[in-house]
Amino acid sequence: MTELFLTLLIPLIGSFALLFIKKEQMQLIKYVAFGFSVISFIFSIALLLKFHSDNPNFQLTYEKVWIPSLDIGFRVGIDGMSLLLVLLTTFISPIAIYSSFDAIKKREKSYYALLLLLQFAMTGVFISLDLFLFYIFWELILIPMYFLIGIWGGKDRIYATVKFFLFTMFGSLPMLVGIIWLGQFIGTHLVHVPNGFTTNYELIRQYSHFIPIEYQKLLFWAFAISFLIKVPVFPLHTWLPDAHTEAPTAGSVILAGVLLKMGTYGLIRFNLELFPQASFLYTSLISWLAVFGIVYGALVAMVQSDVKRLVAYSSVSHLGFVVLGIFSMTVEGIQGGIIQMVNHGLSTGMLFLCVGVLYERRHTREIEEFGGIARIMPAFTVFLGIAMLASVGLPGLNGFVGEFLTLLGAFKSPFLGSIWFTVIAATGVIFAAVYLLWMFRRVMFGTITNPANRGLKDINKREWATFLPIVLFIVWIGVYPSTFLKLSENSTKKLVNKLERIKFGKERYELPVIPEISKPNNTNIKNNQ
Amino acid sequence: MTHETLLQISSIVLLLPLAGFAGIIFFQKKLGRAAGYIGSSILGINLLLSLLVAYQKLAFYSDAGMLQWKFDWLNLGSHPITIGIGLDNLAAIMLIVVNLISFLVHVFSLEYMREDIRFPRFYAYLGLFTFSMLGIVIANNFLNMYIFWELVGISSYLLIGFWYEKDSAADASKKAFITNRIGDFGFFAGIMILFFTYGTFMFDDIFAHIGEGHIPFDSGTMLTLAGILLFMGAIGKSAQFPLHVWLPDAMEGPTPVSALIHAATMVAAGVYLTARIFPMLTADALLFVAYIGAITAFIAATIAITQTDFKRILAYSTVSQLGYMIMAIGVGAYSYGFFHLVTHAWFKACLFLASGSVIHAMHHSMHHAGEHHMDPQDIRNMGGLRKKMPITYLTFLISTIAISGVPFTSGFLSKDGILAGTMAFGQLSGHWFIAFSGFASAAMTAFYMFRLLISAFHGQPKTHIAAHTHESNKLITVPLIVLSILTFWFFYSFNPFDGGSGWFYEKIKTPATVVQAEHQWGFFVPYESSHSHSSACCGEHITSPAEEHSHSHEKDTHHALNKFEEALHHAHLPAMIISLIVAGLGIFLSFSFYQFKIFNPDGVAELIKPFYLLSYNKWYFDEIYDASVIWGTTTFAKLLALFDLYIIDGIVNLVGWFTKVVGHFIGWFDLYVIDGLVNLTANVTAFFGLVFRKFQTGRIQAYIVMTIIFAMVLLYYVL
Repeated sequence: MTELFLTLLIPLIGSFALLFIKKEQMQLIKYVAFGFSVISFIFSIALLLKFHSDNPNFQLTYEKVWIPSLDIGFRVGIDGMSLLLVLLTTFISPIAIYSSFDAIKKREKSYYALLLLLQFAMTGVFISLDLFLFYIFWELILIPMYFLIGIWGGKDRIYATVKFFLFTMFGSLPMLVGIIWLGQFIGTHLVHVPNGFTTNYELIRQYSHFIPIEYQKLLFWAFAISFLIKVPVFPLHTWLPDAHTEAPTAGSVILAGVLLKMGTYGLIRFNLELFPQASFLYTSLISWLAVFGIVYGALVAMVQSDVKRLVAYSSVSHLGFVVLGIFSMTVEGIQGGIIQMVNHGLSTGMLFLCVGVLYERRHTREIEEFGGIARIMPAFTVFLGIAMLASVGLPGLNGFVGEFLTLLGAFKSPFLGSIWFTVIAATGVIFAAVYLLWMFRRVMFGTITNPANRGLKDINKREWATFLPIVLFIVWIGVYPSTFLKLSENSTKKLVNKLERIKFGKERYELPVIPEISKPNNTNIKNNQ
Repeated sequence: MTHETLLQISSIVLLLPLAGFAGIIFFQKKLGRAAGYIGSSILGINLLLSLLVAYQKLAFYSDAGMLQWKFDWLNLGSHPITIGIGLDNLAAIMLIVVNLISFLVHVFSLEYMREDIRFPRFYAYLGLFTFSMLGIVIANNFLNMYIFWELVGISSYLLIGFWYEKDSAADASKKAFITNRIGDFGFFAGIMILFFTYGTFMFDDIFAHIGEGHIPFDSGTMLTLAGILLFMGAIGKSAQFPLHVWLPDAMEGPTPVSALIHAATMVAAGVYLTARIFPMLTADALLFVAYIGAITAFIAATIAITQTDFKRILAYSTVSQLGYMIMAIGVGAYSYGFFHLVTHAWFKACLFLASGSVIHAMHHSMHHAGEHHMDPQDIRNMGGLRKKMPITYLTFLISTIAISGVPFTSGFLSKDGILAGTMAFGQLSGHWFIAFSGFASAAMTAFYMFRLLISAFHGQPKTHIAAHTHESNKLITVPLIVLSILTFWFFYSFNPFDGGSGWFYEKIKTPATVVQAEHQWGFFVPYESSHSHSSACCGEHITSPAEEHSHSHEKDTHHALNKFEEALHHAHLPAMIISLIVAGLGIFLSFSFYQFKIFNPDGVAELIKPFYLLSYNKWYFDEIYDASVIWGTTTFAKLLALFDLYIIDGIVNLVGWFTKVVGHFIGWFDLYVIDGLVNLTANVTAFFGLVFRKFQTGRIQAYIVMTIIFAMVLLYYVL
């Protein structure tokens, strides 16, 4: 619990600490920011050590009621999925901070403070067990991101950042309405809580599937819209290429690495967990959108002339696999989806770092401007090659595991019931090879035709240091994914058991018996269902 | 040795090249040229170990089926995903093929790649490739196979694009990878169907289930489909029609790579896969396989006739021969198909390495002469190399004879068996095209191979470059000699006219089909089971093949298990006679055209111009694909990108714009209407204020007058 608090709060403390440093002390600012971020990572490792993967329930929970009249509280805790995503956050954030050391040359202090604030908010999103708290963190993300793109972005940054902001706001307002409605419905109709209102996630989760289907449908969409925008799922994706392209490298890395996962995380945590019957109803629709997005994103990526836009569209394609896996509602699919979230964070994050390396040297991202880089930047070529192959889904690297499991899940899903989802989605694997290899060929191979590229320096020590840890995990997950899959296995099984029990009346998976912690006694159940 | 030990050694054989790869890639700068020696020694050890393993397996565990290890990779859902390694006779022989050729190529490259700036990296990639290929060989399940399948793809990508500064090489590597991916898509889908149905990736478990009559979706069609989808992987990797287009382009890679990957091992992986899945292929799937092989063999042979690039001729020849192997497995001549894989590996690797020796010599000669614009691979620039490079010539000659199917060579033994198989198949099923393609390709193979031999090595040098070439050194010639020796018949069978009487045929027996009789050719169903209607047994090998007793025609000792074996036995003699005739004809024509110039090739080309152009332009496959699939996809992608930019994003911007307009309107409304009303009220008030101010004069008299007036008005109204 202490670890959880520290993981969450250290970036926030760091962010405040930066305010007390003079803005001329640039080195100090950088290292303080980096230091806090790394410490937070270390505590998240401690979190990992304290975590029991046998236990499918939330662990290291803490509860402190905050607004008693509405039963809104500071409730946090983690299960396997949130642990993985917290680790991803605390892993990517220091890398993003470290990668900005040379790239950011104005208003450093606010930049690093905002990055730390962002890390705080992201961690908060993944550990919240209270809908209201979740909403606060969810919205808090917008502020640092808005400024990061708007101040340190590229030339169309204002358009991009406003678009990003409005898109997200458009999604979150229905969610707020949904939270209020849900809290009120559960609190008055299903359980007795003092003032007829609660935002306690665990409590809501226990009873939400008793909500009549016509309300569930509306609630499902109130939440889903927000998450589908964040993922993003076709056709709600157009904010992404702009935001990615205009954001500074670290912003893109965090955006791709962590922010997008908040959407897919939300789909599992709220849509599947809270509204199972409505999910059964819409699984085909959303899976079709995901499958369409896989092919669509890949094809559009193929003809982009800007490397960063290409990678951005590839995200649309890759996240489609995650959504497909999630809505297959099988253990394979959801586990694949979770590991694919991590994978995408690593490999796409690394691709953005690579683009950043090129951009810092040439101040352009047009594919046409490059060619023959492999000869003069051999080390960089290796790293870009690994990131590319991981994205292509080469076995032995992480992308394969995620794609394989999501496709497997979709194939055998009793909820989807058609093999066409898998067949069409699998073509995305071919297209991924097409657009990435083609990009690689045009940027790296051939002879140097553009004189501006002649004197480019290979990556420096700092860039090595940002790439190496990512490569380590790319290979680790690729060769032995069990280490990571094991963490979320039981919580996923528990979820799938719940879904199958509701749909088919029986559970499939045996779970280790863990004594349930007694529920808060201010609730008593109304037997009206 | 226990089989535990055998499997342990096999895993060492698998992992050593990976260790080599890792070691070399991390220390490439420090190692420099030592990388080559390290790589070669590792492969030398590997070769010895694999010889040991293969000997042990074939001599002592020959009938033990597949020795295997299984372990859990992932624990997921209701059952764990198991992977493992397995060693059967097929794998044992493949181990030798892969390791020997890889070893020789390692040695060969010490000289061939000597001056390359990325010499250590080349050895690292060779190690990675060998590791991946061995992974395919000793896979005992589809998942392992798929994983290593892709790794082979990527090592091939790296090696084809090794000279990535060359645009053609960079393009070729990309094309190879993507074309393979298309085939792999089918492979993957096939694996999905099997895993979905059986919940396992293991070959033996899956075959056992099929043997029990448990088939995907309870439909024979789905079983056929699963087989064909799996075979799509082979279509990609073994460069079969219609995905064969990547292999000739892959010749842009260094020549040792062409010998190792694109002649002997990787492209054989598809054949190996087809052999692996043979027991579960239904009649329809087998027919599909056979036709794909036959079409490929034929088309590629016709193309090879008119090409002028030394390596491309060999490449098309490889495609054609791979078609042969696939076709052989499709018609059920399983053992001969695999036999041809092995014999072809030796002589094709030899041909490629010899071509490397020639190109190397031509390069050196060009370098000496200061000539940089000539194509050192064009056979029209060669000629007369026989006297300059006698060892290269001799080994090339032996291999050419072997590939043409002349008696006393290994090629004759395997090819003859395949042709007998196609004839037997034609006879039993009526599909004679396959046999026709087999014989036609045999004739064409003899023709174009001798054309290549004569143009490059015989006659007078056609350029001064060719005139000043020298024999390569021992690092190059020794591998050539080793490979050419392996093309003699006695390694495989003491009877030079019948491969069926050798040890090879005895060790590699056609596995019994596990498919139910109603989905299988009647002539593949074992006699006993078709009489007793018991289900075919799984995974076990047919115990006494017809060919055990060679050509003695002793009917009483002849226990063919099914009709096909029997027909194949009878087709042997006619097949041999016809194949000798067609090969002889091909060689004869080739000599008359190119050696003795009885006919003028250009005149004949003019005479049959449309055919000549068709062949010369490779049947326009690349052009057709460019104009259809590639153009179609990119255009569609561009349209989608525009759609994304103008429609989807357009709607978003429209909504934004509309909101803005509404905002402006509301702003205007607010300013002029709402605020207007407010102001109006204020103005009206102010106006009245102004008016009434006039009355506020401050003089008592005026007030009194006004009071009186108002009082009167009031009174008037009231009253």
